[in-house]
Amino acid sequence: MHKNWWKILSFLILVYTIVAGFLLDVPHLFILHETIRNLYFHVCMWFAMMILFIISFVYSIKYLRGFSYRNDLYAKNFAVLGCVFGILGYATGTIWANYTWVTDQGQSLAGILKEPKLIGAAIALLIYGAYFVLRGSFTDMDKRARISAVYNIFAFAMLFPSIWIIPRLVGSLHPGAPGDESGNPALNFKDIDSRLRMVFYPAIIGWTLLGVWIATLKIRLELLRDKSMINE
Amino acid sequence: MNNFFSRLILLFTGVLFSTVLFAQDKAVEMADVMRSNGKIYVVVAVCLLILVGLFIYVMMLDRKITKLEKNRD
Repeated sequence: MHKNWWKILSFLILVYTIVAGFLLDVPHLFILHETIRNLYFHVCMWFAMMILFIISFVYSIKYLRGFSYRNDLYAKNFAVLGCVFGILGYATGTIWANYTWVTDQGQSLAGILKEPKLIGAAIALLIYGAYFVLRGSFTDMDKRARISAVYNIFAFAMLFPSIWIIPRLVGSLHPGAPGDESGNPALNFKDIDSRLRMVFYPAIIGWTLLGVWIATLKIRLELLRDKSMINE
Repeated sequence: MNNFFSRLILLFTGVLFSTVLFAQDKAVEMADVMRSNGKIYVVVAVCLLILVGLFIYVMMLDRKITKLEKNRD
Protein backbone atom coordinates (compact mmCIF):
# COMPACT_ATOMS: atom_id res chain seq x y z
CA MET A 1 0.00 0.00 0.00
CA HIS A 2 2.89 2.38 0.73
CA LYS A 3 3.67 2.54 -2.98
CA ASN A 4 0.08 3.29 -3.92
CA TRP A 5 -0.43 6.55 -2.06
CA TRP A 6 -0.35 8.59 -5.26
CA LYS A 7 -3.25 6.61 -6.69
CA ILE A 8 -5.39 7.55 -3.70
CA LEU A 9 -4.11 11.11 -4.00
CA SER A 10 -5.21 11.18 -7.62
CA PHE A 11 -8.71 10.04 -6.63
CA LEU A 12 -8.99 12.60 -3.84
CA ILE A 13 -7.76 15.44 -6.05
CA LEU A 14 -10.25 14.55 -8.79
CA VAL A 15 -13.12 14.40 -6.29
CA TYR A 16 -12.03 17.85 -5.14
CA THR A 17 -11.80 18.99 -8.77
CA ILE A 18 -15.38 18.00 -9.50
CA VAL A 19 -16.92 19.25 -6.26
CA ALA A 20 -15.00 22.52 -6.10
CA GLY A 21 -15.00 22.88 -9.87
CA PHE A 22 -18.78 22.88 -10.05
CA LEU A 23 -19.64 24.63 -6.82
CA LEU A 24 -17.02 27.29 -6.07
CA ASP A 25 -17.52 30.83 -7.32
CA VAL A 26 -15.88 31.69 -10.64
CA PRO A 27 -15.21 35.07 -12.29
CA HIS A 28 -18.13 36.39 -14.31
CA LEU A 29 -16.94 36.67 -17.91
CA PHE A 30 -18.67 37.63 -21.13
CA ILE A 31 -19.40 34.85 -23.63
CA LEU A 32 -17.78 32.23 -21.40
CA HIS A 33 -20.17 32.52 -18.42
CA GLU A 34 -20.18 29.24 -16.48
CA THR A 35 -18.18 27.45 -19.18
CA ILE A 36 -15.02 28.90 -17.64
CA ARG A 37 -15.30 25.82 -15.41
CA ASN A 38 -14.10 23.84 -18.43
CA LEU A 39 -10.67 25.14 -17.43
CA TYR A 40 -10.61 22.33 -14.86
CA PHE A 41 -11.46 19.67 -17.42
CA HIS A 42 -10.72 20.57 -21.04
CA VAL A 43 -7.51 22.52 -20.37
CA CYS A 44 -6.30 19.90 -17.90
CA MET A 45 -6.57 17.23 -20.61
CA TRP A 46 -3.96 19.13 -22.64
CA PHE A 47 -1.71 19.70 -19.65
CA ALA A 48 -1.89 16.02 -18.73
CA MET A 49 -1.08 15.19 -22.37
CA MET A 50 2.00 17.42 -22.33
CA ILE A 51 3.29 15.97 -19.06
CA LEU A 52 2.78 12.41 -20.31
CA PHE A 53 4.63 13.23 -23.55
CA ILE A 54 7.48 14.72 -21.50
CA ILE A 55 7.70 11.47 -19.50
CA SER A 56 7.69 9.49 -22.74
CA PHE A 57 10.49 11.71 -24.12
CA VAL A 58 12.61 11.18 -21.00
CA TYR A 59 12.24 7.39 -21.27
CA SER A 60 13.20 7.50 -24.95
CA ILE A 61 16.43 9.28 -24.02
CA LYS A 62 16.99 6.77 -21.21
CA TYR A 63 16.50 3.96 -23.73
CA LEU A 64 19.11 5.42 -26.06
CA ARG A 65 21.58 5.70 -23.18
CA GLY A 66 21.35 2.10 -22.01
CA PHE A 67 19.26 0.18 -24.59
CA SER A 68 17.13 -1.36 -21.88
CA TYR A 69 13.96 -2.85 -23.33
CA ARG A 70 12.01 -1.73 -20.28
CA ASN A 71 12.56 1.96 -21.05
CA ASP A 72 11.26 1.51 -24.58
CA LEU A 73 8.08 0.00 -23.18
CA TYR A 74 7.70 2.93 -20.80
CA ALA A 75 8.21 5.48 -23.59
CA LYS A 76 5.63 3.80 -25.78
CA ASN A 77 2.88 3.51 -23.19
CA PHE A 78 3.27 7.04 -21.85
CA ALA A 79 2.95 8.26 -25.44
CA VAL A 80 -0.22 6.18 -25.84
CA LEU A 81 -1.78 7.73 -22.75
CA GLY A 82 -0.68 11.18 -23.89
CA CYS A 83 -2.57 10.63 -27.14
CA VAL A 84 -5.66 9.44 -25.24
CA PHE A 85 -5.66 12.67 -23.26
CA GLY A 86 -5.02 14.69 -26.42
CA ILE A 87 -8.03 13.13 -28.13
CA LEU A 88 -10.15 13.80 -25.04
CA GLY A 89 -8.93 17.40 -25.12
CA TYR A 90 -9.94 17.71 -28.76
CA ALA A 91 -13.37 16.16 -28.18
CA THR A 92 -14.17 18.35 -25.17
CA GLY A 93 -12.90 21.40 -27.06
CA THR A 94 -15.41 20.88 -29.86
CA ILE A 95 -18.29 21.10 -27.40
CA TRP A 96 -16.88 24.15 -25.67
CA ALA A 97 -16.17 25.91 -28.97
CA ASN A 98 -19.69 25.20 -30.19
CA TYR A 99 -21.35 26.98 -27.27
CA THR A 100 -18.96 29.92 -27.03
CA TRP A 101 -17.20 30.72 -30.30
CA VAL A 102 -19.94 29.56 -32.67
CA THR A 103 -23.20 30.50 -30.97
CA ASP A 104 -22.24 33.38 -28.69
CA GLN A 105 -19.29 34.98 -30.41
CA GLY A 106 -20.61 34.55 -33.94
CA GLN A 107 -17.47 32.96 -35.35
CA SER A 108 -17.96 31.18 -38.64
CA LEU A 109 -17.04 27.53 -38.98
CA ALA A 110 -14.32 28.56 -41.43
CA GLY A 111 -12.88 30.91 -38.83
CA ILE A 112 -12.71 28.13 -36.29
CA LEU A 113 -11.17 25.67 -38.72
CA LYS A 114 -8.43 28.25 -39.33
CA GLU A 115 -7.78 28.47 -35.60
CA PRO A 116 -4.01 27.84 -35.38
CA LYS A 117 -4.16 26.07 -32.05
CA LEU A 118 -6.55 23.46 -33.46
CA ILE A 119 -4.29 22.89 -36.45
CA GLY A 120 -1.19 22.83 -34.25
CA ALA A 121 -2.72 20.29 -31.88
CA ALA A 122 -3.82 18.16 -34.82
CA ILE A 123 -0.28 18.24 -36.26
CA ALA A 124 1.19 17.26 -32.88
CA LEU A 125 -1.23 14.38 -32.45
CA LEU A 126 -0.66 13.18 -36.02
CA ILE A 127 3.11 13.22 -35.46
CA TYR A 128 2.58 11.02 -32.42
CA GLY A 129 0.21 8.87 -34.49
CA ALA A 130 3.06 8.32 -36.93
CA TYR A 131 5.18 7.19 -33.97
CA PHE A 132 2.84 4.23 -33.46
CA VAL A 133 2.73 3.49 -37.18
CA LEU A 134 6.53 3.45 -37.18
CA ARG A 135 6.61 1.11 -34.20
CA GLY A 136 4.16 -1.24 -35.85
CA SER A 137 6.20 -1.51 -39.03
CA PHE A 138 9.19 -3.26 -37.42
CA THR A 139 9.41 -6.95 -36.69
CA ASP A 140 12.82 -6.72 -35.09
CA MET A 141 12.41 -5.60 -31.47
CA ASP A 142 15.83 -3.94 -31.19
CA LYS A 143 15.51 -1.95 -34.39
CA ARG A 144 11.98 -0.91 -33.49
CA ALA A 145 13.02 0.35 -30.08
CA ARG A 146 16.03 2.30 -31.39
CA ILE A 147 14.44 4.00 -34.37
CA SER A 148 11.20 4.80 -32.59
CA ALA A 149 13.12 6.28 -29.65
CA VAL A 150 14.89 8.64 -32.04
CA TYR A 151 11.58 9.45 -33.73
CA ASN A 152 9.95 10.10 -30.35
CA ILE A 153 12.56 12.75 -29.61
CA PHE A 154 11.77 14.41 -32.93
CA ALA A 155 8.03 14.24 -32.19
CA PHE A 156 8.59 15.88 -28.84
CA ALA A 157 10.66 18.61 -30.44
CA MET A 158 7.67 19.40 -32.69
CA LEU A 159 5.11 19.30 -29.87
CA PHE A 160 5.67 22.65 -28.15
CA PRO A 161 6.25 24.75 -31.28
CA SER A 162 3.03 23.45 -32.80
CA ILE A 163 0.75 23.84 -29.79
CA TRP A 164 2.28 26.84 -28.01
CA ILE A 165 4.63 28.91 -30.13
CA ILE A 166 2.95 29.11 -33.54
CA PRO A 167 -0.57 29.90 -32.19
CA ARG A 168 0.92 32.74 -30.16
CA LEU A 169 2.75 34.17 -33.15
CA VAL A 170 -0.14 34.27 -35.60
CA GLY A 171 -3.06 35.12 -33.31
CA SER A 172 -5.64 32.70 -32.06
CA LEU A 173 -9.02 32.46 -30.40
CA HIS A 174 -7.36 30.73 -27.48
CA PRO A 175 -5.96 32.78 -24.61
CA GLY A 176 -2.45 34.12 -24.91
CA ALA A 177 -2.65 35.33 -28.50
CA PRO A 178 -1.14 38.74 -29.27
CA GLY A 179 -3.29 41.84 -29.61
CA ASP A 180 -6.91 42.62 -28.86
CA GLU A 181 -8.09 41.49 -32.25
CA SER A 182 -7.55 37.88 -31.20
CA GLY A 183 -11.21 37.84 -30.18
CA ASN A 184 -10.60 36.39 -26.78
CA PRO A 185 -12.93 37.93 -24.23
CA ALA A 186 -11.15 37.89 -20.92
CA LEU A 187 -9.07 34.97 -19.85
CA ASN A 188 -5.41 35.83 -19.70
CA PHE A 189 -3.04 33.43 -18.01
CA LYS A 190 -0.94 36.30 -16.74
CA ASP A 191 -3.77 37.43 -14.49
CA ILE A 192 -5.72 34.21 -14.16
CA ASP A 193 -8.10 34.59 -11.25
CA SER A 194 -6.87 33.13 -7.96
CA ARG A 195 -10.24 31.39 -7.54
CA LEU A 196 -9.56 29.49 -10.77
CA ARG A 197 -5.98 28.69 -9.75
CA MET A 198 -7.16 27.05 -6.55
CA VAL A 199 -8.81 24.28 -8.53
CA PHE A 200 -6.87 24.44 -11.81
CA TYR A 201 -3.40 23.50 -10.53
CA PRO A 202 -4.55 20.55 -8.38
CA ALA A 203 -6.75 19.40 -11.27
CA ILE A 204 -3.72 19.18 -13.58
CA ILE A 205 -1.92 17.00 -11.02
CA GLY A 206 -4.99 14.81 -10.49
CA TRP A 207 -5.64 14.12 -14.17
CA THR A 208 -1.93 13.53 -14.83
CA LEU A 209 -1.67 11.03 -11.99
CA LEU A 210 -4.68 9.16 -13.37
CA GLY A 211 -2.95 9.00 -16.75
CA VAL A 212 0.28 7.78 -15.18
CA TRP A 213 -1.64 5.10 -13.29
CA ILE A 214 -3.31 3.74 -16.42
CA ALA A 215 0.02 3.88 -18.29
CA THR A 216 1.76 1.86 -15.57
CA LEU A 217 -1.04 -0.73 -15.74
CA LYS A 218 -0.45 -1.09 -19.49
CA ILE A 219 3.31 -1.33 -18.95
CA ARG A 220 2.92 -4.03 -16.29
CA LEU A 221 0.58 -6.03 -18.53
CA GLU A 222 2.99 -5.86 -21.47
CA LEU A 223 5.93 -6.85 -19.27
CA LEU A 224 3.92 -9.87 -18.08
CA ARG A 225 3.03 -10.81 -21.64
CA ASP A 226 6.61 -10.51 -22.84
CA LYS A 227 7.91 -12.58 -19.95
CA SER A 228 5.46 -15.37 -20.74
CA MET A 229 6.49 -15.19 -24.41
CA ILE A 230 10.13 -15.68 -23.44
CA ASN A 231 9.24 -18.64 -21.24
CA GLU A 232 7.20 -20.41 -23.90
CA MET B 1 -82.76 20.71 4.91
CA ASN B 2 -80.89 17.55 4.12
CA ASN B 3 -80.11 18.98 0.74
CA PHE B 4 -78.74 22.17 2.35
CA PHE B 5 -76.39 20.24 4.63
CA SER B 6 -75.11 18.09 1.84
CA ARG B 7 -74.37 21.23 -0.19
CA LEU B 8 -72.61 22.78 2.79
CA ILE B 9 -70.47 19.70 3.23
CA LEU B 10 -69.65 19.76 -0.46
CA LEU B 11 -68.63 23.39 -0.17
CA PHE B 12 -66.39 22.70 2.81
CA THR B 13 -64.75 19.73 1.16
CA GLY B 14 -64.22 21.90 -1.90
CA VAL B 15 -62.55 24.58 0.19
CA LEU B 16 -60.54 21.95 2.00
CA PHE B 17 -59.34 20.38 -1.21
CA SER B 18 -58.32 23.74 -2.59
CA THR B 19 -56.21 24.39 0.51
CA VAL B 20 -54.68 20.97 0.04
CA LEU B 21 -53.87 21.93 -3.52
CA PHE B 22 -52.24 25.16 -2.35
CA ALA B 23 -50.28 23.18 0.20
CA GLN B 24 -49.11 20.86 -2.55
CA ASP B 25 -47.95 23.79 -4.62
CA LYS B 26 -45.85 24.90 -1.70
CA ALA B 27 -44.55 21.37 -1.17
CA VAL B 28 -43.22 21.35 -4.74
CA GLU B 29 -41.35 24.54 -4.07
CA MET B 30 -39.64 23.06 -1.02
CA ALA B 31 -35.90 23.19 -1.58
CA ASP B 32 -33.85 20.24 -0.44
CA VAL B 33 -30.12 20.09 -1.06
CA MET B 34 -30.34 18.38 -4.43
CA ARG B 35 -32.73 21.00 -5.80
CA SER B 36 -30.90 24.14 -4.70
CA ASN B 37 -28.76 26.30 -6.98
CA GLY B 38 -30.56 25.21 -10.13
CA LYS B 39 -29.97 21.53 -9.34
CA ILE B 40 -26.22 21.81 -9.90
CA TYR B 41 -25.68 19.30 -7.07
CA VAL B 42 -27.32 16.67 -9.25
CA VAL B 43 -24.62 17.20 -11.87
CA VAL B 44 -21.95 17.03 -9.18
CA ALA B 45 -23.41 13.74 -7.92
CA VAL B 46 -23.53 12.28 -11.45
CA CYS B 47 -19.94 13.28 -12.18
CA LEU B 48 -18.74 11.94 -8.84
CA LEU B 49 -20.47 8.63 -9.53
CA ILE B 50 -18.76 8.36 -12.92
CA LEU B 51 -15.41 9.17 -11.31
CA VAL B 52 -15.91 6.61 -8.54
CA GLY B 53 -16.95 3.96 -11.07
CA LEU B 54 -13.92 4.73 -13.24
CA PHE B 55 -11.54 4.50 -10.29
CA ILE B 56 -13.08 1.26 -9.02
CA TYR B 57 -12.62 -0.22 -12.50
CA VAL B 58 -8.97 0.88 -12.73
CA MET B 59 -8.36 -0.35 -9.17
CA MET B 60 -9.75 -3.79 -10.03
CA LEU B 61 -7.51 -3.93 -13.10
CA ASP B 62 -4.56 -2.97 -10.89
CA ARG B 63 -5.35 -5.79 -8.46
CA LYS B 64 -5.75 -8.33 -11.24
CA ILE B 65 -2.36 -7.40 -12.69
CA THR B 66 -0.75 -7.48 -9.24
CA LYS B 67 -2.13 -11.00 -8.74
CA LEU B 68 -0.75 -12.07 -12.12
CA GLU B 69 2.66 -10.64 -11.23
CA LYS B 70 2.68 -12.52 -7.93
CA ASN B 71 1.75 -15.79 -9.64
CA ARG B 72 4.67 -15.37 -12.00
CA ASP B 73 7.30 -14.87 -9.33
